[in-house]
Amino acid sequence: MIDNWPILSIITFMPLAGVLFLLLIRGDNETVAQNARNVALWVSAFTFLVSLVILIGFDNAVTGYQFEEQRVWLGDTGISYHMGVDGISMPFVLLSTFLTPLAILASWRSITSRVREYMIAFLVLETMMVGMFVSLDMLMFYLFFEAVLIPMFLIIGIWGGPRRVYAAFKFFLYTLLGSVLMLVCMLAMYIDAGSTDIPLLTTHEFAAGMQTWLFLGFLASFAVKVPMWPVHTWLPDAHVEAPTAGSMILAGVLLKMGGYGFLRFSLPMFPMASEFFAPLIFVLSVIAVIYTSLVALAQSDMKKMIAYSSVAHMGFVTIGIFSLTEQGIAGAMFQMISHGLVSAALFFCVGVVYDRLHTRDISAYGGVTAVMPRYAVFFMFMMLASVGLPGTSGFVGEMLVLVGAWQANTWLALFTATGLVLGATYMLWLYRRVMFGQVVSAEVQAMEPMQPRELGIFVPLTILVLVFGVYPMALLDVMDVSIQFILDDLAAGGVSLLAAR
Amino acid sequence: MAFELVDILPALPELILALVALGLVLVAAFGGEGAANARRVAHITMFGIALAALTLWSSAPVQNTAFGGMFRADAFADYMKTLVLLGSFAAIFMSITPLARDDINKPEFSLLVLLAVVGMMLMISANDLMSLYMAVELQSLPLYVVAAMRTNSLRSSEAGLKYFLLGALSSGMLLYGASLVYGFAGTTSFAGIAAAVAEAQLPVAFIIGMVFMLTGIAFKVSAAPFHMWTPDVYEGSPSPVTALFAIAPKVAAIALLLRLTYGAFGSIALEWSQVIVALSIASMVVGALGAIMQTEIKRMMAYSSIAHMGYALAGLAAGSKEGAFGVLIYMTGYVFMGAGSFAIILLMRRDGQSATRISDLRGLSKTQPMFALGLMVMMFSMAGIPPLAGFFGKWYVFLAAVNAGLVPLAVVGVVMSVIGAFYYLRIIKIMYFDDSDAPLDQDVPLANKLVLGVSMAVITLFFAGLGSLIDAANVAAMALMAPF
Repeated sequence: MIDNWPILSIITFMPLAGVLFLLLIRGDNETVAQNARNVALWVSAFTFLVSLVILIGFDNAVTGYQFEEQRVWLGDTGISYHMGVDGISMPFVLLSTFLTPLAILASWRSITSRVREYMIAFLVLETMMVGMFVSLDMLMFYLFFEAVLIPMFLIIGIWGGPRRVYAAFKFFLYTLLGSVLMLVCMLAMYIDAGSTDIPLLTTHEFAAGMQTWLFLGFLASFAVKVPMWPVHTWLPDAHVEAPTAGSMILAGVLLKMGGYGFLRFSLPMFPMASEFFAPLIFVLSVIAVIYTSLVALAQSDMKKMIAYSSVAHMGFVTIGIFSLTEQGIAGAMFQMISHGLVSAALFFCVGVVYDRLHTRDISAYGGVTAVMPRYAVFFMFMMLASVGLPGTSGFVGEMLVLVGAWQANTWLALFTATGLVLGATYMLWLYRRVMFGQVVSAEVQAMEPMQPRELGIFVPLTILVLVFGVYPMALLDVMDVSIQFILDDLAAGGVSLLAAR
Repeated sequence: MAFELVDILPALPELILALVALGLVLVAAFGGEGAANARRVAHITMFGIALAALTLWSSAPVQNTAFGGMFRADAFADYMKTLVLLGSFAAIFMSITPLARDDINKPEFSLLVLLAVVGMMLMISANDLMSLYMAVELQSLPLYVVAAMRTNSLRSSEAGLKYFLLGALSSGMLLYGASLVYGFAGTTSFAGIAAAVAEAQLPVAFIIGMVFMLTGIAFKVSAAPFHMWTPDVYEGSPSPVTALFAIAPKVAAIALLLRLTYGAFGSIALEWSQVIVALSIASMVVGALGAIMQTEIKRMMAYSSIAHMGYALAGLAAGSKEGAFGVLIYMTGYVFMGAGSFAIILLMRRDGQSATRISDLRGLSKTQPMFALGLMVMMFSMAGIPPLAGFFGKWYVFLAAVNAGLVPLAVVGVVMSVIGAFYYLRIIKIMYFDDSDAPLDQDVPLANKLVLGVSMAVITLFFAGLGSLIDAANVAAMALMAPF
């Protein structure tokens, strides 16, 4: 019976139903705020529970899309309401529905003004994120992809730090500029193929010359989203100014939209151009990995440091994807999911101490281990996961990417591996300065220990990072068939795959 | 040729409006001075517009002509007239209270607007150079007067005069161009011109005439570089008048341009499309860059409307059915975005005085959250952010442009839309990120709430109704392309 339910539509639009509830709340400010928190948490938690239906019902062995829904939207113009998930998008859907309740929980105490509006923004954001991952129509994808900007712009701009206006504008305009170039390419694709249906476009063969331009247009959008060097500069600003929960979602899900886009559009639809431009992507990614790691070393702001580390980690993702090997792509996917969990946790780590001391300056901290021992354990675990310690999910992703990179080019693998060393350097150094040593001030001494609410956010994240680290097949099995499908598609598109050599 | 009543039936909505206007002359003259009479005339005007709209919708759109072929009724005309009637209805509805508060208790206002509406309807149905010119003048003359409606304000008089002088200049150009075109074709009917240009070699004089005509209409559309009057007139006119200017006349002028280019000059798209491309690019650039530095919201809206016309012209430049279709979708969104935005601009008053600086919106999200939300929706839609109406307009006009091989035009357009996004975001920033120093007046007329509510609903749910809208727009675009 449940097979006939439009389960993806339900998951996508359930948060919007929560928004309606939020609009109906009446009462004085404090009541409204508390009720808004509760409604948002329950709605997002319930959405997560419903999204588990896809996890349970998902068949790893099936090629193509599952839970498909297709309805008439714009008549017979080749544009329809089409949703579905495969091994590539399914993990991201769950990542989005999983992180949203945690992000809402993370803002429980730190957001005190305009709580209702804040929760509305988060629920709308969840709808947009999920909708983007389940869309199987290019126009629908674009609608969700762009609409994400609206709630995020408001989250940064209204509830952000002192330079929030600058950061919000930079975030919005940077991303928009990339996206509109993609839009022009989408128009050209629609005209060429007569449809915006993604499965249909995947089988449509675009002329070689056209592929080049289309690839560059999509690159303009996805490179900003990932973000790749040199268009990453919006990210540190956005992260530093965004509230903790905003950073969690930004790093956890929004950055993955670029990588997802590469896998959904660039590789299957423009195979020849993907092969042609792979060296360019490698160069940009290697610069991202090494350069931004060095920049991260020089930061005095904790959030900025983790933001730069995100750029470096996403460099691994793009290298993995464009190695065009099975291991590389699987590694990139794994790295994205892992980074989604780990970076969200790390930003929350910063948020926990920021809520207490109201500064993110590394030098203001020291000896936190003595004051907050349980916090120290979680922070250390997430820090090590970020570095790629075996047994955590970070290790699997980076390892697989390196294997893929090695097959593509030995030098590439060498430079990429440098990033691992640098990553370990700045993360360990950060941890030493913040957590170890003498308690530097009375303020640090007075920091209250972790609350159960904070524990409730760390525990699920930790469990998942550990599970994926110890038993990576849980995730790899899900993606395997879909990755194989992309590789077959590449081969059919005239790309001589390394694995075949 | 014997006169028969059947001959003028396709123009029934226009006839109704004209008769109501004639009756209103008496009401305005003998109904006494003061607010009560102005209100009465406004209500009758709204009733007349509603009646005309009902007449328009009651009969199925069939291709038909009246007045010996000078007037053409078809699905395209019905579509555009619906937009004009909606836009002017909203403008008059929202003007009643603000005008009374500003002590502009002139019953002539609604009457003049009604006459201009008749002119706009005739523009949309123009099928002959004669009716084209007459309609344009009938639309323009009342608007010159209402621009100067606030007689005790120098700026308002300046706006009226400026509008009149440049309007007269553009009418002259239109007339001169029309005479050259007539000289070549030997007929004033669009059908005759279309037949003539399709067969003969085109002399230079004809091309000059055509360009002059396009220039004249470009003034009315306020496409750059013929936009100079727009910011001054928008700023100087009383706000309710600006609301009127910003919506319906633009729709009518774009419709007239479509009639002329797709109808009379349909077979020589290559010749005029270069002109339209140039106008389109210039408008998008001027609109986007010009608005950035503005501090007065009405001036900003003027530049914004210039940019919007640039996008609409991008669809028109394609010269194809898809292009006309894109323009129709774009203008549909434009009417609602304009009505919704002005619903809020009209309520920008502090201590009983009109306060239309952008900074006056500071902190609106705290003092009047629903209006701030409404203006935010309008601004995101104008910036072309999906899933709002403005995005779909841009999607379809650029689709047509790319399809016609005008890829550079589309690229310039989307890049300019990013620059444009900056100033729309600035409004949102001022409402949401800044704190209020002095709140605006809270006393908001019902008309503004209604117009804003309807506009918000249309713009946010545009994607849901798009399926049926594109059917209607398709029929309209096909009717435009149909032979005479």
